Amino acid sequence: MSGYLVTLGTIIAINAIVACGLNVIVGFAGQISLGHAAFFGIGAYTAALLAVKAGLSFWAALPIVVAVTALVGLLLGLPSLRVREDFLAITTIGINFIVEAVFLYVPFFGGALGIGGIPRVSLFELRLRGPEFFALCLVFLALAMLVCRALTRSWAGLACFALREEEAAAAGVGISPVRFKLLAFVIGTGMAGLGGALYAHFMRFISATDFGFPLSVSLLSMIVLGGMGTLWGPLLGAVIIGILPELFRPLVDYRILFYTVLLLLMIRFQPGGLLGEDSAARRVLRRLLPRRRP
Amino acid sequence: MHLFLEQLLNGIATGSIYALVTLGLALVYGILRILHVAHAAVYTIGAYIGVMLFNLTGSLIAAVVGSMAVSAAVGVAIERFVYFPLLKYPPFVPLIGSIAVFLSVEELCRLVAGPQILTFPARLPFPEFQVGGVTVSATLSAIYCITAGVLLVLWFVTTRTRLGLAMRAASQDIAISDAMGINSHFIVSVTFVIGSAVAAVAGILVGIYYNQVYPTMGAIPAYKTLALIVVGGLGSVPGAVAAAMLLGLAETLLIGFANIPLPRDALAFIAMIIVLMWRPQGLLGSR
Repeated sequence: MSGYLVTLGTIIAINAIVACGLNVIVGFAGQISLGHAAFFGIGAYTAALLAVKAGLSFWAALPIVVAVTALVGLLLGLPSLRVREDFLAITTIGINFIVEAVFLYVPFFGGALGIGGIPRVSLFELRLRGPEFFALCLVFLALAMLVCRALTRSWAGLACFALREEEAAAAGVGISPVRFKLLAFVIGTGMAGLGGALYAHFMRFISATDFGFPLSVSLLSMIVLGGMGTLWGPLLGAVIIGILPELFRPLVDYRILFYTVLLLLMIRFQPGGLLGEDSAARRVLRRLLPRRRP
Repeated sequence: MHLFLEQLLNGIATGSIYALVTLGLALVYGILRILHVAHAAVYTIGAYIGVMLFNLTGSLIAAVVGSMAVSAAVGVAIERFVYFPLLKYPPFVPLIGSIAVFLSVEELCRLVAGPQILTFPARLPFPEFQVGGVTVSATLSAIYCITAGVLLVLWFVTTRTRLGLAMRAASQDIAISDAMGINSHFIVSVTFVIGSAVAAVAGILVGIYYNQVYPTMGAIPAYKTLALIVVGGLGSVPGAVAAAMLLGLAETLLIGFANIPLPRDALAFIAMIIVLMWRPQGLLGSR
């Protein structure tokens, strides 16, 4: 495999992990978030600081990174208890802008220069480069998806789904909105932290603008395009959003326009996502493989 | 004292421009409950059409009228082709559509007009005057007069005409107003026409004020105005205007006189989160 493909694949795998986390918050618990890149950034900065300033290895730092990001996610998830829908969307946009501004303006976080010199990940004295690091990302992606799968089959997952469909009714049958919204935020932002740590050790240089609002929009687009609330949706979305700009590379100057117009057309004509209920792909599949109902 | 007065005058101008952009957003949110991020795209288009017509004809009036017409058409097109078919989906679906429209228009402007900054060398035919020994330039005076005029006309239309009555009815409950014989789809289009035309005016004023028109000029207003309509109370037009004025003043005065370690664009969002935690319905909102 060429280095180009490995790099592309690694980025897609990392984005898919972060998108899985966003899917837990938006797709499972129904809490719109347009600031997920902030948590990705918090994970990446925590990992970078622990590696560069404290000299911890990736493996020693990883639990701390995930815990810190999930803790911040818990704190910033608190507004979601007070505001919902559109207010929550704008609040999370605001959180994204503020977190980016803090990274950019506080000297401790490297300011505009960012943080460089982040070491590679090593496993049993073996330094993970290109393909090995890609494999590591795939392992973590599989883990994230297993967590999502376990969640959809657990009581907590069902509680989240109930909250998404109708919060008042769910609260009426004894599901605590506070507990399960915060649970979704903690799991979702924890996955963003994991993705951030992988990103920091992959790029080995990070700066605040990597985690701006446009990234949050792409992350949300991934799960919307793939199919919100489905298990495979975030992965499919990450692959599509990751590959599209590369496919349009021959268009040079028109590349971004094609990409945004395609995004517009997809959301306009397939708003439930490619794998969502009632999507074209599902309908075709259903016609090809008629399933007997028990 | 001189400096303070100058900053104050600049702050009012910044606030006025925010108010003009936020106006359309608050109107659209009030009626469709959609976060119209693409409104900033309409504002960018307005500025571009304005500067192009001005360079072509040399007449500022032609530029303003033409740009208002084109922007209104773009606004209605966005409503018809993007928002209307997506209304039955959860609110984030039209929101993503809106962001996609916004990014596409930004790219389109860059491809058509080039990435460079265009200058807008128009002189506005408004009188200069003196306040406390400080000269208010023709541009500032134009911004004040036009904002006041737009707000006055809008107040008159929404509170004193049958059209305004229909608009207020549709923003309270679109289904009931339909049942009462109001052609609410027409009212929605009228709302987009008004909001987009005002955004075009704001775009031209900003272009002349800073003498700059560039493809990404809408990027910061796009999201900052969202914070403003939240602070004002979602859907409350007077609240949004008040919040815009306050923010314009706060940004200019705080950046001028207090040493804040954060960029001025984060200020709006910090204010927004504080307001949301303290008064979730916004400053002038009711729920």
